[in-house]
Amino acid sequence: MSETHEHPNYVKIWYWLLVLLAISVAGPMLEVPAITLITAFGIAIIKSFLVAANYMHLKFEKKIIWLLLILALCLLGVFFFGTAPDIMMTEGDQWIDCIADKSCIEQRL
Amino acid sequence: MTAGAINTFVLLTSSLSVVLAHAAIEKGDREKSFKYIWYTIGFGLVFLIIKTYEYTGKIIHGHTITDNLFWSFYYTMTGLHALHVIGGMVIMALISFDIRKGYNFQRVELIGIYWHFVDLVWIFLFPLFYIANF
Repeated sequence: MSETHEHPNYVKIWYWLLVLLAISVAGPMLEVPAITLITAFGIAIIKSFLVAANYMHLKFEKKIIWLLLILALCLLGVFFFGTAPDIMMTEGDQWIDCIADKSCIEQRL
Repeated sequence: MTAGAINTFVLLTSSLSVVLAHAAIEKGDREKSFKYIWYTIGFGLVFLIIKTYEYTGKIIHGHTITDNLFWSFYYTMTGLHALHVIGGMVIMALISFDIRKGYNFQRVELIGIYWHFVDLVWIFLFPLFYIANF
């Protein structure tokens, strides 16, 4: 693993990461929830791309590594959205969340 | 939120120092790489100290892991993240002594990638729990 490869200017990337951090912290000050969400997570995505591409040197690897990364993120998405209905809802067609809806505890006893 | 923002800054800077350690060892500069790895460990320690201060403040106010859904997520995810930071710091220390003796240089890149992963997770935890926690 000793092939030397070209590398970006790490300090310059660091400056950009800090600029993005400042913007994401300033976002909530506008007090518009939609803008806060967009700045917070949009900037998180841009920052993570900067770190992955430059610090982890993915920009200088074979392109297929990006496909592997996207596959892993899709799996993460399945995890989140698969369990989300259970967490976010308190009742469905056939079930009640017995902890959120405390009356069902007395009925069962 | 300030503590979270400072922690994000600390971790971003620690990612810079670990990638500079990797750049140094690629040129064969063992002493410089050793120094940068220990800077990274130092930044990790600062992160953990700020985290401790945060947790203490929140627990005193009654926000424990069983308080409500948000706090159970908060403590679980930041707690697991902090455990990964500690693990990374331990391994970095071990690798630093190896490279100073002159072997296993490739491990600097590997622990660097691990550390960037830890930083990436934090880059998402920060907006999730500190910015967009409404």
